[in-house]
Amino acid sequence: MKATAAGRDLALEPTTGPVTAEPIRARAALRRLWRLKWGVAAAAIMLLIVASAALAPTVVPHDPLAVNIRHRLAPPAWMDGGTRENLLGTDQVGRDLLSRIVYGGRVSLVVGVSAVLISATIGVLLGLGAGYFGGRTDWTIMTLVNVMLTFPFVLLALAVIAVLGPSLTNMIIVLGVAGWPIYCRVVRAETLAMREREFVLAGRALGMSHARIIVRQIFPNLVSLVVVIATLQVAQVIILESFLSFLGLGVQPPTPAWGNMLGEGRLYMLNMWWIATFPGLAIFVTTLVINLMGNALRDWLDPHMKL
Amino acid sequence: MKRYLGRQLVQLVVVILGISILAFSILHVVGDPVVLMVPETAPKEEHERFRKLLGLDQPIWVQYGKFASRAVRGDFGKSWYGDVPAFGLVLERMPPTIFLTLAGLGVALLIALPLGTLAALRRHSLVDNLCTVVAVTGQAMPIFWLGIMLIILFAVRLKWLPASGYGTWQHFLMPAFTLGAFLAPITMRLVRSGLIEVMNMEYIKTARAKGVGERLVVVKHAFRNACIPVVTVLGLQFGQLLGGAIVTETVFAWPGVATLTVESIRNQDFPVVQCAVVLLALIIVSANFIVDMIVGLIDPRIRVGA
Repeated sequence: MKATAAGRDLALEPTTGPVTAEPIRARAALRRLWRLKWGVAAAAIMLLIVASAALAPTVVPHDPLAVNIRHRLAPPAWMDGGTRENLLGTDQVGRDLLSRIVYGGRVSLVVGVSAVLISATIGVLLGLGAGYFGGRTDWTIMTLVNVMLTFPFVLLALAVIAVLGPSLTNMIIVLGVAGWPIYCRVVRAETLAMREREFVLAGRALGMSHARIIVRQIFPNLVSLVVVIATLQVAQVIILESFLSFLGLGVQPPTPAWGNMLGEGRLYMLNMWWIATFPGLAIFVTTLVINLMGNALRDWLDPHMKL
Repeated sequence: MKRYLGRQLVQLVVVILGISILAFSILHVVGDPVVLMVPETAPKEEHERFRKLLGLDQPIWVQYGKFASRAVRGDFGKSWYGDVPAFGLVLERMPPTIFLTLAGLGVALLIALPLGTLAALRRHSLVDNLCTVVAVTGQAMPIFWLGIMLIILFAVRLKWLPASGYGTWQHFLMPAFTLGAFLAPITMRLVRSGLIEVMNMEYIKTARAKGVGERLVVVKHAFRNACIPVVTVLGLQFGQLLGGAIVTETVFAWPGVATLTVESIRNQDFPVVQCAVVLLALIIVSANFIVDMIVGLIDPRIRVGA
């Protein structure tokens, strides 16, 4: 995502132009790019993660579900007893860890992105409504936000999953529905400030309907803010999703997910450290990379954004 | 101050009401207790008998009224496993959770205050950059994984610390650090940005012009004002802190409310779940309320403005 953003930056530079101006502009563009270096590097890694998850069936060395009892609990390749066949070793029933981690990325990314789409939609709609209409609408929505924010997200997700039963869809729904207050709060505050601005007043004086003002005049100003929050939220959702799966309340085995692999690995951590270590490392790297991208995106879109 | 207090109190009541509805609906709207309690193969009359017995044939608001009026008196019903009142069961597990939360908060402050202050005073220095790295990594760290890695390193490999359990101070070290690592990044950022903002204020210049030593300027003049956003956000984050405690507890088999809640959820022991949810929420809400009061006392702008 960041790569295309930086690309757009460079594309603004004219390819042909006055020779004298060229080096300065090029240097300025490079300097901007350099300031976002971490974001660009993160985007490159993210691209790799997304690509390997998307192309999982063609890139992994083994079937992630193929059991091989005779080769169970094999250590990573660089340790004694490890083979090049299973680079990161195998788990308690001899499944290849690397292949399972690559497949696990699919679950995390799908859950992260879908849950964020759900919560962003709910949050933006309610935030726009609360900020624009104010009064009783605002009070009701903000009270709901306060109730949700008071409550530990994890506990709510746990309780609802317990009743609905664990599954991928249920997890997306729960994480999606539980995550909207953050968007709502930010969007409301911005809408509140924007409602009094001249262009909105002008729109109203011209006889535009409320819906049209919200959609055409207020919302476009909020897009970059929402995109930044959503990016950072994907990382949070991935961590939560893994935690639920870790507890056995998320994605069910044998489907590989980073969380449930970590949960299974915990049982073997006394002697076989790698089973728990690598899935966790995958979560950590992915969330780190997403956070770096989010930060860079914020700096690029608006350095003054308060987040 | 009185009006401020009043407004906060109204919100407190509304939030508690909202959470009790949430806890009630967890079981009664989202799920059907009868389906959970009576085997599917049981005859239909048995289902009906159970429904009557639990009062589930009455309208939903009557049921909620009953639930709420009993909950106010600390009666959440008996655990579906073992004939014990849910309230006592949850209350018994409360102290370990509270101790863990406080210890985690302590660790977070121990990391965040000095690092954040140094970063703010020496902007763009090595310390500042180091802080940024710590903050970014800390925020991306899934703490349940961090906990497991700590166990593998300090309990399994080095055998310095107990892997799980509760009792001695050694048991506190790893869980408190895990929870502290969860909270430290955001605290550090707040300390840093708060201090940077304050250090540019006129009164700091005045203090310096008066010849006050730099150290005194930072500690006495700047720090106090920088604390306001830190206290506010930490208060609001209390729910998240408890959420972090839930995660930490499950990793270290800490005998707190969170472990009990997760166990009860697994067993579908809903009276215990509801009771734990309401009590935890009550703690969070009162913590928020107290923080609001403290901030209102320190900073007169807030009680007049907002």
